[in-house]
Formats: sequence, C-alpha cells, structure tokens
Amino acid sequence: MVNFLKYKLVYYLLSATVILLGLYSIMRWGFKYSIDFTGGTNLEYQTDKKTNVNDAANIFKVNKVEVVEISQKDKTLIIRTKAMNETQEKLLKESLEKNLQTKITVLRSETVGPVLGKETLMKTLIASVLAILGILIYMSFSFKGFNFALSAILAMFHDLLVVIGSYSLLSHFFGAEVDTMFVTAVLTSMSFSVHDTIIIFDKIREYRNVEGRIEMEYGANKALTETMVRSLNNSMTIIFMLLALTLLGGSTIRFFVATLLIGTVTGTYSSPFVATPILVWLEKKRK
Amino acid sequence: MKIIKYLLPLFALFLIIWIDLPQNYKINFTVGKAKVNYTINPFSIDWNIFGFQIKKEFVTHLGLDLKGGSNLVFETDTSKVKSEDLQDALNSSRDIIEKRVNFFGVSEPIVQTVKIGNNYRISVDLPGIGNVNDAIALIGQTAQLTFKEEASAEAKVATSTPTILRLTKDTGLTGKHIKKASVTFDSQTGKPQVALGFNKEGVNLFSDITSRNVGKQVGIFIDNFIISAPVVQQPITDGNAVITGNFTVDESKKLAIAINSGALPLPIHLVEQRSIGPTLGATEVRKSVYAGVVGLLMVLLFMVVYYKKLGIIASMALMIYGLISFAIFRAIPVVLTLPGVAGFILSIGMAVDSNILIFERIKEELRKGKDFDIAIRLGFGRAIDAIKDANITTLTVAFILFNPLNWGFLPQFGMVRGFALTLAIGVATSLFTGVVITRRLINLFYKKN
Repeated sequence: MVNFLKYKLVYYLLSATVILLGLYSIMRWGFKYSIDFTGGTNLEYQTDKKTNVNDAANIFKVNKVEVVEISQKDKTLIIRTKAMNETQEKLLKESLEKNLQTKITVLRSETVGPVLGKETLMKTLIASVLAILGILIYMSFSFKGFNFALSAILAMFHDLLVVIGSYSLLSHFFGAEVDTMFVTAVLTSMSFSVHDTIIIFDKIREYRNVEGRIEMEYGANKALTETMVRSLNNSMTIIFMLLALTLLGGSTIRFFVATLLIGTVTGTYSSPFVATPILVWLEKKRK
Repeated sequence: MKIIKYLLPLFALFLIIWIDLPQNYKINFTVGKAKVNYTINPFSIDWNIFGFQIKKEFVTHLGLDLKGGSNLVFETDTSKVKSEDLQDALNSSRDIIEKRVNFFGVSEPIVQTVKIGNNYRISVDLPGIGNVNDAIALIGQTAQLTFKEEASAEAKVATSTPTILRLTKDTGLTGKHIKKASVTFDSQTGKPQVALGFNKEGVNLFSDITSRNVGKQVGIFIDNFIISAPVVQQPITDGNAVITGNFTVDESKKLAIAINSGALPLPIHLVEQRSIGPTLGATEVRKSVYAGVVGLLMVLLFMVVYYKKLGIIASMALMIYGLISFAIFRAIPVVLTLPGVAGFILSIGMAVDSNILIFERIKEELRKGKDFDIAIRLGFGRAIDAIKDANITTLTVAFILFNPLNWGFLPQFGMVRGFALTLAIGVATSLFTGVVITRRLINLFYKKN
C-alpha cells in the first residue's frame, strides 16, 4: 500500500501554482471571445498570390467596415470585423479582388448579428448552470455523507479553474477563442472529473463499511492504491485519443479537443490528489 | 440449438459490416485470367412488401462543416401580423423560401422554423453552395405575383399537356395591381374563397384578361410557381374577383396572405450566417479520421500489452463497438459534424473504460485466490454497478447539451448538438459492447477452461 496522502502538501502546491498561473493570465490578458457571443463577422479568404495585409486592411477602412483583427497565413487572409450584411460582404470581396489584383476563394465566412450573440451567451450560461446543478444533485444522491459531496464539489471547481485558466493562456498565446464549443468541452470534462471522483469515493466507502471504523487516512490510502492503476489506465485511453486528435486532427476543432484534453488530465489528477486529501482532512476535523 | 446461438450474432455482425461499407468504392484487380471489376456499396433496402414500398439507404450524412455549404438564419418580423394568422404566415414563408432555395439547384436543402422566446426564425441549410450571397439575396427578395394565361391555341393541339403547363403567357397583371385579398364565404355554399380587389389599372387589365379567357383557366403564380388556376366564369369588369376552388379555410387564408404580401408573408432579415467552402471541410475530416485511427491503434496496443489475452478480447469488442456505432450513425441517420466526429472518437476512448473496470475487478478477484471462472463472474457483477454510475454524469451533460425538447432557453446549435448526440450514442453503445459483447467473447474463448 502506498501512502499517497503523505505528500498532500506537494499536491496542494502543484494545484495552487497551476491555478494561480491561470488566474494571473485571466486578469492580465483575459480571453478572446468568438463571434458566437460578441456578434461580428469572420472571414477566411484564400488569395492566389501573396498579398499585403495593410493594403487589405485599408480597403476595409475605405468601405467603412470596422476591422477588429486582420492577419495573414501564407496566402490566406483571416479577418474579423463588426457584423456585416451580405451586400457589404459581396462589395468588399469584389473591392479586395480588384485592388489586390487577385482572385479570392472563400474558405469560410461567418456572420452573427449582435442580438443573436447576446442571446447565445445567455443560453450557454443557462445550459452550464443546469449541467452543474445536475451534477451536484447527482453527487448528493450518490454520497450520503456531506463531506464526500463537498470534497467532490471542491475538486470539480478546482478543475474548472484549471481549465479556464489554461484557456486564457491558450487565448493569449495561440489565439484560442471562447465559443460555444469551449463551453461544451468544459462541461464534458467536468462530467469526467466527477465520474472519476465517484469511483474512488465508492471504494473508500466500501472499506469504511466492510472493515468498520478504520482510520480515515489508512482507508483512503488503501482505496487509492487499489484504484490508481485502474484510473490511470482508463484515462490513458481517453488521453491517447485526445492527444492524437489535438496533434493530428483538423484545425477547426483543435482548441476544442485541447480543452477536453486539459480537462481530462486535471480531472484524473484531481480525484486522487485533490478530492481525497480534502475528504480526509474534513473527516479528521469532524472527529 | 448451440449453432443457432452463434448464428444469430454472426449474422448480425455480418449485417453491420455490410451497412458500414464505404460508399462507391471501386475495386479492380485480376486473378489469373479473370478480371474483377466491382463497386462496393453499403447495404440498402428497396423492398416491396404487401404493396408497401420500404426504402432506406445507409449512407454517411455529413454536416455542413464537413461537406461545405452554408447555414443561414433569418429573423422574421411578426409585428404586422395578427396572432391567429401567425402560424400560417410562418409556414407560408417557410414554404416560399424552400421553393426559392430549390430553384437555386441545391441538393437536400433544409428549411426549418425555429421559435426562441417570442421570436420566430427561419433556418436554412444549403449544402455545397458556391456563392452564398446570391442565395441570400434570392431568399430575401420580394415575391413576384403574376397572372398568366394560356399561350396560343396551337399549343393546345400539339400535345396533351395539362392546361396548367400551358399557362405561360404573361398578362401584365401583377401583384402591384392588387389592392387587397381577403377570405370570404360563398353565400350559397358556405365554402371559403379568396376575394381580390384591384386598383384602377388592375381593374382594366383584369377586365381584358377575363374577357379573353371565358371558360378557360387563368394561372396565378408566385415566384413562377402556380398557386391557383381558376376557371373564368364570365368577364369581370368591376374589379372584384373571387377565386373559388376546393379550399379549406386554412388554404384560403394562406392564399390571401400570400397574395396580400406581394412579398413574403413575413419580412425577414439575416441574423446569422455560416459558410464553409468544401475544400476546407474535406481536409478537416481527413485529418480527423487519420487522428482517430492513430489514437485507436495506440489504445489497442496499450490494451494488448497491458492485459495480454484479455486485452485482445477487449480490442475485438472495441472494434465491434466502432462498427455498431457507425452503423447507428448511418441508420438514424445522424448528421456528422466535426465536433460530432470528435465526440465519436472520444467515446471510443471511453468505451474501453467499462472493459478496464471489469478486467481490474477480475484481476482483484484472481489476486484473492479465486478460480478463474468465478473471478470472471464476480468481476462482471461488481463492475456493472460502477459502470452504470459512472456513465450517468456523462449522459446527463450530453442530454442537456442535446436539448431534445428544443427548449428556447438552451442552445439549439448544430455543432453542440452533434457532439452531444454522438457522445450519448457512443456511451450507450459502449455500455452494450463493454458488458454484453465482452462477456460473450470471453465465454467463447475460455470455454476450454
């Protein structure tokens, strides 16, 4: 039997570091929000020869379309503006083609009106609250001990902070946007995390029932030792798939899958190394 | 008896593989002197049973982000329509938009009405369309109402074409000549009809037209689609005309609204538009499938290395799981978007979960010194509770994200839904394969013990 709980200070320190890093990033750099929530237009134009980004930006200015961001990758122009309607878009495309002297293929074009954007934000928030409530209700049913439920909830929030913090870093360094898929990824990885925690707590409870009132710490260590292998293996398979998708998969879902990956990793980590120490601590205090 | 037990699952497996075959896959090769030229196609049903035609094709349905295409969402302005006419106006608009979209030559367009709070929207899916701006312009356009009469008499003799198709000559009378259309009831029969009132110019035009066409049909077209072709009973000079036919009250209302608007029954404006060019979609899907295969191989390798013999069984169960899931996607059918594909790949990773749980329990029992047979039975028993428990949270989240009842306060988007659906189907199927199929396979291979 391995005494995992002896190192609980290490775990707390690790968690604190990651979360603080995330919080710092949020405060300093915030997030990049996708047009899903803010409204606006996203354009991805492919030109048949390399063009000058500044020239392109000017054309937008001349046509009185406010550019939020414009960048260039090889022969692709990526432009984000305030919401345009379709006539403006057509005009702009023609103007660009004429002035930059190139044919433009539309790789992607998305427009979300501002009202719709706000509405989407509302709906997503409601969905998140409902999902979290659902998970909480389920947890309180599964665990008849208040301390169990509390530790699991705290672990869940730990994971939430880690994922959101990391996404802020991804936003700043890689341009990841907060969109509806991000929220989906967060909710899904939270459900994994709870799932993992339940397995361990189940074992701990089993030991408490079978072997009577044993010392909490002893029981927890025993449960952890026995479930660790299983937990790791389980997460390994999911992580393999997600890793493959992140590195090799399509670029439009890259951040979505990366978020799922981070969520799964922290979910696996938090069940034995965050939820359990908290549980043991709470139970000890209760005595 | 025993043979039947094996025959049925084997047949099921064969059927599933048949459903999962790639579409339009050609094979040509030579064996000795014989040449083989064959095109593989998945299973499809086209049967005639007791006069009922049953037709179903099992093909992969790709979402717009994979096929390329556009999704447009229009918000309708319902302020000028009375509430009892609202549903009709909405359906009318939807129908007219669908006809216009069809006219554009898009294959399998989808036009739906969506209700959000007090707003009514119309969502249009246009797969594979090249120039979306033209489509948007066409959809939002004012509808053209025209009256047409029969072309020359020679045409009538030429063929036995139905009258309706011969109504091709423009009369010059259009929607802008109509002051108002309303629903009235025939004083004698009580049947509903649509009364038309023309403006001055219209009155004259209409009088000419009806004089020319007594006893013949005159066609009323919206957007070049015929909506009614009443027979002219007598010349109408006072500008009051009635369109009679076998209308229901609803149909006459719809017609009146359509004629009245001259435009779409409800004014619309575009609030959301997403277009993906087809090349981008194809690259994305190729990369993701590749990633999925790599991930799968890693998982299989891991299982075999770690759990050895049991690992091989788990790998087989996993592949069967993949086949069944894919067959389900084709059968329902589920429209696969990129997040949907991600959800499917993710659920493959989770599918192994139940197997691992069972195997670990089995190992535990073996460590305690139990017999192999008993260890297996105990392993399954204990594990099933944990498996059930564990998957409920994932299913709950998937349920909320999928939003089956289309509640207005929850997201209704294709991408999120696609992910939730494939995830949910994946979890449910994995429960099945993880428990049922693994057990069968173990029984199959360990009978000798």
